[in-house]
Amino acid sequence: MTTAHIDAGEIVACMRDVHLRYGKTLALDGVDLDLPAGRMVGLIGPDGVGKSSLLALIAGTHAMQQGQMRVLDGDMRSKRHRDQVCPRIAYMPQGLGRNLYPTLSVEENLQFFARLFGHGAAERRRRIDTLTASTGLRPFLERPVGKLSGGMKQKLGLCCALIHDPELLILDEPTTGVDPLARAQFWALIAEIRAGHPGMSVIVATAYMDEAQRFDWLVAMDAGRVLSTSTPQALLERTGSRSLEEAFIAVLPEARRRGHTPVQVPPLQADDAASAIEARDLTMRFGDFVAVDHVNFRIRRGEIFGFLGSNGCGKTTTMKMLTGLLPASEGSASLFGRPLDPRDIDTRRRVGYMSQAFSLYGELTVRQNLVLHARLFHVPEAQIPARVDEMLDRFGLREVVASLPGKLPLGVRQRLSLAVAMVHRPELLILDEPTSGVDPVARDAFWRLMIELARRDRVTLFISTHFMNEAERCDRISLMHAGRVLVTGAPERLVRDSGAATLEQAFIGYLKAADGSTAGITSGTGTPVLPAARPPARVRRRLFSPARAASYAWREALELRRDPVRATLALAGSLLLMVVIGFGINMDVENLSYAVLDHDQTGLSRNYALNLAGSRYFIEHAPLQSYTDIDRRMRSGELSLAIEIPPGFARDVERGDHAQIAAWVDGAMPTRAETVRGYVQGMHQAWLAERARQGQGTAAGAFDIETRFRYNPDVRSLPAIVPAVLPLLLLMLPAMLTALSVVREKELGSIINLYVTPVTRSEFLLGKQAPYVVLAMLNFLLMTLLAVFGFDVPIKGSFPTLLLAAAIFSVIATGMGLLASTFTRSQIAAMLLTMIATMIPAVQFSGMIDPVPSLEGMGRLIGNIYPATYMINISRGVFSKALGFAQLRGAFGPLLLAVPVILGAAIALLRKQAS
Amino acid sequence: MNSTVANTYHLGVKELWSLWRDPAMLALIVYAFSLQIYSAATAMLETLHRAPIAIVDEDASPLSAKIASAFYPPLFSVPRLVSPAVQDHGMDAGAYTFALDIPPDFQRDLLAGRRPAIQLNVDATRMSQAFAGSGYVQQIVNNTVNEFVQRYRGSNAPPVDLVLRTRFNPNLEKGWFGAMMEVINNVTMLSIILTGAALIREREHGTIEHLLVMPVTPAQIMLGKVWSMGLVVLLAVALSLTLIVEGALHVPIRGSLALFLGAAAVHLFAATALGIFLATFARSMPQFGMLVILTLLPLELLSGGTTPYESMPQPVQYLMELAPTSHFVRLAQAILYRGAGLEVVWRSLLAIAVIGAVLFTISLARFRRTIAQMT
Repeated sequence: MTTAHIDAGEIVACMRDVHLRYGKTLALDGVDLDLPAGRMVGLIGPDGVGKSSLLALIAGTHAMQQGQMRVLDGDMRSKRHRDQVCPRIAYMPQGLGRNLYPTLSVEENLQFFARLFGHGAAERRRRIDTLTASTGLRPFLERPVGKLSGGMKQKLGLCCALIHDPELLILDEPTTGVDPLARAQFWALIAEIRAGHPGMSVIVATAYMDEAQRFDWLVAMDAGRVLSTSTPQALLERTGSRSLEEAFIAVLPEARRRGHTPVQVPPLQADDAASAIEARDLTMRFGDFVAVDHVNFRIRRGEIFGFLGSNGCGKTTTMKMLTGLLPASEGSASLFGRPLDPRDIDTRRRVGYMSQAFSLYGELTVRQNLVLHARLFHVPEAQIPARVDEMLDRFGLREVVASLPGKLPLGVRQRLSLAVAMVHRPELLILDEPTSGVDPVARDAFWRLMIELARRDRVTLFISTHFMNEAERCDRISLMHAGRVLVTGAPERLVRDSGAATLEQAFIGYLKAADGSTAGITSGTGTPVLPAARPPARVRRRLFSPARAASYAWREALELRRDPVRATLALAGSLLLMVVIGFGINMDVENLSYAVLDHDQTGLSRNYALNLAGSRYFIEHAPLQSYTDIDRRMRSGELSLAIEIPPGFARDVERGDHAQIAAWVDGAMPTRAETVRGYVQGMHQAWLAERARQGQGTAAGAFDIETRFRYNPDVRSLPAIVPAVLPLLLLMLPAMLTALSVVREKELGSIINLYVTPVTRSEFLLGKQAPYVVLAMLNFLLMTLLAVFGFDVPIKGSFPTLLLAAAIFSVIATGMGLLASTFTRSQIAAMLLTMIATMIPAVQFSGMIDPVPSLEGMGRLIGNIYPATYMINISRGVFSKALGFAQLRGAFGPLLLAVPVILGAAIALLRKQAS
Repeated sequence: MNSTVANTYHLGVKELWSLWRDPAMLALIVYAFSLQIYSAATAMLETLHRAPIAIVDEDASPLSAKIASAFYPPLFSVPRLVSPAVQDHGMDAGAYTFALDIPPDFQRDLLAGRRPAIQLNVDATRMSQAFAGSGYVQQIVNNTVNEFVQRYRGSNAPPVDLVLRTRFNPNLEKGWFGAMMEVINNVTMLSIILTGAALIREREHGTIEHLLVMPVTPAQIMLGKVWSMGLVVLLAVALSLTLIVEGALHVPIRGSLALFLGAAAVHLFAATALGIFLATFARSMPQFGMLVILTLLPLELLSGGTTPYESMPQPVQYLMELAPTSHFVRLAQAILYRGAGLEVVWRSLLAIAVIGAVLFTISLARFRRTIAQMT
C-alpha cells in the first residue's frame, strides 16, 4: 500500500484495523487510514467495496464492530463522544433526497433541520436565506421536496447538511443521478463554501472520475481495503495514465480489471427501412403542468439512441409513455410500426425496461429475481437456467447470487436491474439512467455488452444518461429540456454545430440558451455561503431538549396536515364507526325465531304456546311437523328455539300427573342461547304461577323479586355500549396513526436523521407522538359530542375526570403505536402487530362485552393489565354511573403506570445507530 | 390461457417468498392462529361465568342463608356478603354485576303470606351478564324459596316440568364459540392486510410499474396475490382448527372440515379482494392503515360473531349483508356446530362468492388508474 505523508495533528479521522460485517458479507476488511483535516478527500473504487460503509462509520450512523475509529479527536465507539461531535459533523447519505421529507416544502425542511440544531428564529431565517440565495433555491422555498428535480434535491440536501456549520462534511455519492449542469453548480457551491471556511474537512465518495480529479486527496478502495492514498497528480504520475479514469482502472488488482480495454463503437449499418420507436407530438400533462411538450423522434432498429437532459425535464415521463405505463395526453407513439397499446401483451414481450428507481423485489434473491422475470416473460422453462447463468456472468453477479438486493451496493443493484431487463432477450431496451451509481469498469463492461447487442443482435437501445462519455457512444442523442426536445443528432455533429470543445460544454450551452439567465454555474451572488464569524450554536447537552422534540412534533404535524385524507379518515372515521357500532351492538336479545311441535293439540297446549308468542322477545314461525323438521330447521339456523309439547299433555296436567315440556335451544352462539334459556324458564315459571293463581288463589309462599337495572334503567343498549366504544376507538385509531410513523421512516430512509442529528431517542419519539395525542384528544371531544347530542347518552358524572383520563389514555394509545413501530421493520408487520395488539385485547379482554372479573386464564391476565380496561371503567363510571374523580381514583393508577412502561419500552427498542 | 395460469402461479410464488423473508410477519401469523385463539377461547368459558354477585342479608334467617349459599361457581362467584352502604360503592366500582338485597324479616313475612319483596340490583352497563344473569338469579331465588316453602308446607312438586336441552353445544361452552369466531376474525384480518398492504408496498417501492411493462395483466397480478395469501391463511386455518381448536381446546367439530375449508377458500377470495379494493383507494400505507381499521372493526363486531345478528337494527343488518364476513359467520356456525351440509349453506356460499367477484371486478377497473396516481 502506498501512503502519502500527513503531518500529525492535521488528521480529521483516523482508522485502525476497521472491520465491518453484514451477516456473512465482509464489507470492510481491516481498514487503516488517516484522513487529513481541512482538505477535500475523495473515496473512489468499484461498487460494493465498502465506501458507503466506511463513510457511515465515520459519520457515526452505523455502529462500530471491530477496530479503532477516531473522528475529531475522539473515539467513535463512545456514546458521549458521538453525542458531542454529532453537531460538528454533517452527513448526506446516498440516494437523491433520501433524508428529506417529500411532502414538506424546501423552507420547512430547512427549518426542521435548523431547529434540530437549536438555532433561534432569527438565526434560522438568516441561515436559510444565505444558503438558499447561494444555491439558487430561493425561488423554490414553497415547493414540496417531492416535486423537486434530482439536482435541486441534492442542493437542498447540502443546505440541510450545512445549516449547522459542520467541521466535517461527509457526502456519499452526492451527484449520482444529477445532470451535468446541476453537478457543475453543486461543486461550485462546495468550492465557495470551502473558500469561506478553510478549516472544513470534506469527505466524498464518487463514481465520477472527472470530479475526483479536482479533489485534494484520493483514497482508492477495493474489496473492503484501501489500495492507495495520494493526491490525484501523484496517482496519475505513478500509474502513467492520462485520465483519472484510466488511473483508477490501473490501480485495480488484475482480477478486477477483467481484461479491460477501451470501448469501441462500430458504426451503425444504415438501414432506414424499419423504425423501432416513433413518437409524434407526444404530450403529457399533469394538471396545469406540461411534463412533456409535443415530443417527436424516430428511432431506427438497431440504433443506440441517447436521451440527455436536466433532471425533471421529462425524460422519464417520455419513457413511461412509451412503455405504456402512462397514457399520453396528446399525440401518438408506435412500437415496431404498431400503434402503442398498453394492453398489447405481445409487444411487451419484445421490450425490456429498466426504471430509474430501483424496482426489484428486495425479498427475492438475485437468482430468484432473474428467474421470476424470465418466467414472467415466458422464456421456455428449459432455457431459463442457461439464460440466468449467462446474465450472472455477463453482469458479474456470480458472487452475490444468493444475496437479497436490498443489501447490495447501489452499483451492483443497477447491474442486477439491467440483467433483469435483458433476461428475455428483448428487441428493444428502454433504459432510464441505467449506469448512474455504477463504477467505471462496470459501466464500460455494460457498454460493451450494449454495443454487442445493438450491432450483432440488432437490438434497439433507447437510453438516458448523465455521463457524457456514454452519450458520445450513442448513434444519435436528443437533448431535452423543460418537456421539449431541443436538438437531435449525432453527438459529434452537435458538438460541431454548437462550436463547443466537448459534448458537456455543448450540452450546458444548449441548456443555458434555452433557459436564459437562471442557469448560471456559479451562484454569482458573491455573498459568503455560510453565515460565518458567528459563534456556532453550541447547545448544551441535556437529557431532554424540549426544543428538539418540538421540532420533530412540528414536522410530524406538518406531514399530517399535508395528508388531510389521513387526518380526516381518523376523525370522520371514528364518528362513523361510533354510529355503526353504537347502533349495531345490541345485547338486548329480541326477535328470536321459534316454532312449536304440538303433539297434544288441545286448548291447554295452545295456551302454553300462546304464552311465548305474546312476548316481545319471540317471533313464532310455522309449526313444526316432526323431529326431522326440528332437526332440519334448527340446523339451517332458522330456529333459535323449538318447543315440543308431548301427547296427552292437557290430560296429564288435569290429572296432576307429571308432564314434561321439552325445549331445544340453538347453542351455536352461547350468549344468545343463555339469554333464550333465561327467557324460556322465566316464561314457564310465569305460566305455572298464572295457573296456580287461577286454580288455588293461595298467597302463602308468594314473594316478589324487584329487579332494578341500575345506571341504565331502560336497559337500552346504547347507553351501555357507547361509553365502551369510545375508549376502543380512542385506542385503535391513534395507535394505527403512530404505528406507521417510525417504521415508515425506516422503510423510506429518513430515519438517518435520527442517527446524524443531535436529537435523542426520547425527543424523537415524544416529538413524533405529540401531534397524534392532540389529534386523539380532538377525536375524543368529537366522539363525546356525538355521544351526548347524537346518541342522547348524557354525561352524568364529572367531565374533567373523563377528560383527564382521555388525555392519559391518548398518550398510551399513541405510545402503543410507537412501540409496535419500533419493534418491526416493515410497515405491513407494524400494521398487523398494531391490529393484533389493540383490537383483540380491547374488544375481548377489557370488559367491553364480558366483565374482566369473569374472565379466566391468559385473557384475565391481559384484561387486568391492559390499559383499555381501566379507561372503559372510567368512561362507564362517568357516563353512566355519575361518578367523579374520588370514586374512580383507583382506575387512574394503572393508567398512569402504563405511560412510562410503554414509552420506556419504545425508547429502549429504538436505536440511535444502524447496526 | 396457459400463460395466464403460469403468470399467476409465478407471481404468487413470488409473494410467498416475500412473506417467507419477513420473520416478524410469520411470527405474527403463527401467534394469531395459535396463542391468540387459545387465549380467546379459554378466557370466557361460559356466558355466565363467575358472574360477580353480592348479597345484602338484612334478614339473617335460615332462608336468607339458604339463598346466599345457592350461588356458587362456576356460574356465579362466591357471593360477597356486604352491608347496604358498601353495596352502592361496590357497584359503582364495578366489583360486582349483581347485588341481591334480602329485606329484614323476609322469611317471617313470606311464611305469613305477606308477599315480601327481594330487591335485585343489576349493573345494566354490563349488558352481556345483565340479561342472562338476572334471569338466572331470579330462577335460583325462586327455586330456593319454593323448595323451602314446600318443605315447610309439605306441598307437591310443580305439575309441569320444563326440560331444556341445548343443541350443538350442550354445555354452552363459550370457548367453542370464541375459538371459532377468533379463527374467522383472523382469516378476515390477515387476508385484508396481507394482500392490500402487499399491493401498496409494491406501489411505494415501484415494483408494480415493473410488472406492468411485462407481458402480465393486472388481473394476473391481483390473482397472484389472492391465491398465494389465500393459501397461507387457509393452511393456517386448517392447522389451527385441527391442532388448536380440536387438539388443545377439545372443541368437537361436528360438520365436514373439508366443506368448511372449501367455504373458507371462497371467503378468502372475497376478503383478499376486499384488501385489494381498499388498497386501490389508499394512496399510502398510513392511509391504508386507517381504512383497515374502519373496515375491520365493524366486520369483527357486527357480523354476528360478537353479538347476535338478529338483534341489530334492520338498517345495520341490511348494511352488514354486504359484508362477506356476515355470511361466513353464519355459514361457519352452521357447518362447524350444527353439522350442516352444502344443501343448507349454499346460499351463504353464493353470497360470499358474488361479493368477492364484485369487489375483484371493481378493483381491477381501478387498478391502472391508481398506479398512475401514485407518482
